[in-house]
Amino acid sequence: MILKRHKWAIFILLWFPPLVFLLLFYFYPLGSILKISLERSQHGLFSPFLDAFKSPITWRVLSFTLWQAILSTILTLCLGLPGAYLFAHYNFHGKSLLQALTSIPFLMPTMVVAVAFNALVGPSGWINLGLRQLLNLDRPPIQFTNTLAAILIAHVFFNTAIVLRMVGDYWSHLDPHLGQAAQMLGANRWQAIRRVILPVLSPAITAAALLVFIFDFTSFGVILILGGPRFATLEVEIYYQTISLFNLPLAAVLCLLQLGCTLGLTLVYSRLTKRLTIPLALKSHKITQRRLTTPRSKMLAGVLIAFLMTLLILPLAALAIRSVTRLERGFGQQMATSPTFTLDYYRELGTNHRESIFFSSPSTSIGISLGYALATTALALLLGFPAALALSRDADSPVNQGMDALLMLPLGTSAVTLGLGFIVALDKPPLDLRASWILIPLAHTLVAFPFVVRNLAPALRSIQPRVRQAASVLGASPISILRYMDIPLVGRAVLVAGAFAFTISLGEFGATSLIARPEFPTVPVAIYRLISRPGELNYGQALALSTILMLIACAAMLFVDRLRIGEFGEF
Amino acid sequence: MLVAIFISACGQVSSLPTTATTSPRTLTVMTHDSFAASESVISAFEKENNVKVQFIASGDAGTALNKAILSKDNPFADVFYGVDNTFLSRALNEGIFDPYNSPVLASLSSPYKMDPQNRALPVDWGDVCLNYDKLYFSDHNLLPPNDLEDLLKPEYKDLLVVENPATSSPGLAFLLATIGHFGADNYLDFWRGLVANNVLVVNDWNTAYYSNFSRWGGDRPIVVSYSSSPPFEVIESKSPDTIPQTAVITSDGSCFRQIEFVGILRGAKNQDLAKKWIDFMLSPAFQEDMPLQMYVFPVNPNAKLDKTFQKYLSIPEQPAYVSPEDISANRETWINAWTEAVLR
Repeated sequence: MILKRHKWAIFILLWFPPLVFLLLFYFYPLGSILKISLERSQHGLFSPFLDAFKSPITWRVLSFTLWQAILSTILTLCLGLPGAYLFAHYNFHGKSLLQALTSIPFLMPTMVVAVAFNALVGPSGWINLGLRQLLNLDRPPIQFTNTLAAILIAHVFFNTAIVLRMVGDYWSHLDPHLGQAAQMLGANRWQAIRRVILPVLSPAITAAALLVFIFDFTSFGVILILGGPRFATLEVEIYYQTISLFNLPLAAVLCLLQLGCTLGLTLVYSRLTKRLTIPLALKSHKITQRRLTTPRSKMLAGVLIAFLMTLLILPLAALAIRSVTRLERGFGQQMATSPTFTLDYYRELGTNHRESIFFSSPSTSIGISLGYALATTALALLLGFPAALALSRDADSPVNQGMDALLMLPLGTSAVTLGLGFIVALDKPPLDLRASWILIPLAHTLVAFPFVVRNLAPALRSIQPRVRQAASVLGASPISILRYMDIPLVGRAVLVAGAFAFTISLGEFGATSLIARPEFPTVPVAIYRLISRPGELNYGQALALSTILMLIACAAMLFVDRLRIGEFGEF
Repeated sequence: MLVAIFISACGQVSSLPTTATTSPRTLTVMTHDSFAASESVISAFEKENNVKVQFIASGDAGTALNKAILSKDNPFADVFYGVDNTFLSRALNEGIFDPYNSPVLASLSSPYKMDPQNRALPVDWGDVCLNYDKLYFSDHNLLPPNDLEDLLKPEYKDLLVVENPATSSPGLAFLLATIGHFGADNYLDFWRGLVANNVLVVNDWNTAYYSNFSRWGGDRPIVVSYSSSPPFEVIESKSPDTIPQTAVITSDGSCFRQIEFVGILRGAKNQDLAKKWIDFMLSPAFQEDMPLQMYVFPVNPNAKLDKTFQKYLSIPEQPAYVSPEDISANRETWINAWTEAVLR
């Protein structure tokens, strides 16, 4: 394809801000730390590569990482796709609340999720507690942590929201007549789905599957806390080599291996979606959605909702209930614990018994978290908008495909490595940011960026120049075109993208903890501090603060839901 | 020691010109994320020296140390606090600290002073010990184990939960206790015995203490935790007059003492303030504040302990000892061998 010169100019102009951002705050720090790490090798630059490839541990870790990621992704799709169908095709009472609730897991910090699962299926979780009292057992009958099942379930818990959002949204705009037409032409229900609906949906499904896979592939907290010591992903091994052993050369090789896998996968994905994309006219929700009328559809919906509730909402509910419960043990009945209602943990949050210099009331922590989240939102939108505009102009051009893949790389990068990269690279004025709070929104923006772009691009694509020309021929002024066409179409997508950036920042812990100014803790950092100390009140407060974070996330998702009615967007 | 006092006196003379009228300078203190202190204690230091102390929490102890090492040519803090004896050799070999012969050092007892050149100065200690749930043992008419060897007996089968030394700092400390007690050639035999007695290994202290320890509803009445945990069971409960439901095993060689150090980063911009800060950290004012803030104990014998600690803190007479050099040289070998023996 021959691109005209002015088209190139526009491309360069649009890609310039996001590219500069990525170069300065991603490639430069990452390149610096990898270079320094490899240079520390005592036997030349290539020996750590050789060591890594000769070591059986590398291959064991890589194959486990891939294997669990594939399994987790398939399971996530198994729950997410039917859920997406439900949300896409039916209207029912409480739908927006259910949608908001099912989105919360994605935004929760891993340690809170571990606490939530512990409150549900841990040795003293509600299920084990109930079974123990019911069957009069001495020991908890269900063993959850330190199992592969725990890893898989936690990944499904985390990432189903991505499938629900991306596929559900796309599906809800598909013309229902497609399937009906196929059935009229003699296809049965399954043939219609397999031959017509699935091919049409495949861009959204592969996009969602890719993101889910990358998140599972680079999983750290879930593996560490819930999976236990017998399981290690590349990310866990990188952490161990870097922090515990200070074997930076080997850590760098593993980091490159992880990046290589992410890049390869992303490139395969963009090739795949290029082949798969079928141009379609998207329809409004009014046409595609109906009520649950037949008993059959009601029953199926009921079963699905029950599944979603059990896997995605029950752990969160267990956490919230535990935050207002005290488990007392009576003497002489060691294992029998009787729960009583209490608000002590919430009350305790606001008091600084120790007069600690780093104490921060929940409202301060929430304020700090909201501040970082707003800064992240502004930055991610500012950089994501031109990138999405460029992508929406010509999705097939090699430049765009390459850039699209680059945007995904930060998601596949080891957080420990990048965190150290900031320290070695951003160390000279004017960019001496090592002790600066600015690093936090910068790091959050790297994560939020791909989400923002993927949300904005389809909305921008849906503005067809011909329709605008037609409107103007019919007498619409530029202002009314802006007011009635551009703002409704793009404005809401901008808000939705912004809300995603906002919530990603709100729940982020890893990067924040590496650069936190201790006097300004975010909510996840404050939770972490409480949970790493012994004593009932500390643990209780951690539960209470986690519940507050959940409520804020839920409110944010409900707000997003209000804004997105009838709109386009991949997320 | 006279020399030390003389040097530090010179340091103080050179910093005299600062008067109360000039705007405060900033001292940057890099720490791990468990650092905490009372507001009044810190602000007293700030007022006295006309300084603003800026703390930078840099992740867990290992992460913070790596950051200090990677930025050693261009340090972004004046002082780094939080290297413990398991990481001490790494810090010293990388040369991140300048020596400082603080006048307070004279009053500290010698086992804490692990760096003869005083590049890293001891600040606090804490013991990693086995904790047990008193109620479980009284309910089951069982005596709690006396020492590590007891854990191999059949009556203590299924009762112990420990942390993974590869991912957890108390986990590593307990592994070192077994190495110090049984010797580097025999510790694996002890661990194979624990495996036969069905020891549970989890990756982090939170999970071990709050999920698996029977005090918090789990089914394991013995856990690797700190000797400070029982007093904190009292301090952090709703009714502070209760007696702790947990206790500590302090037999010889069953605990490992973690000692944390502070040092002036080489190339620090505010050397004079850094010295004052270190003297302050070793002074009774700060040392007495540490236990309630950071769950660690003073190295300065003039610092007094809070009542609750005097009542409920058990201090092992002879914790197991492994030198920082040995730890640094063998960390990888020991952990990998442990992993092969216990997890595979």
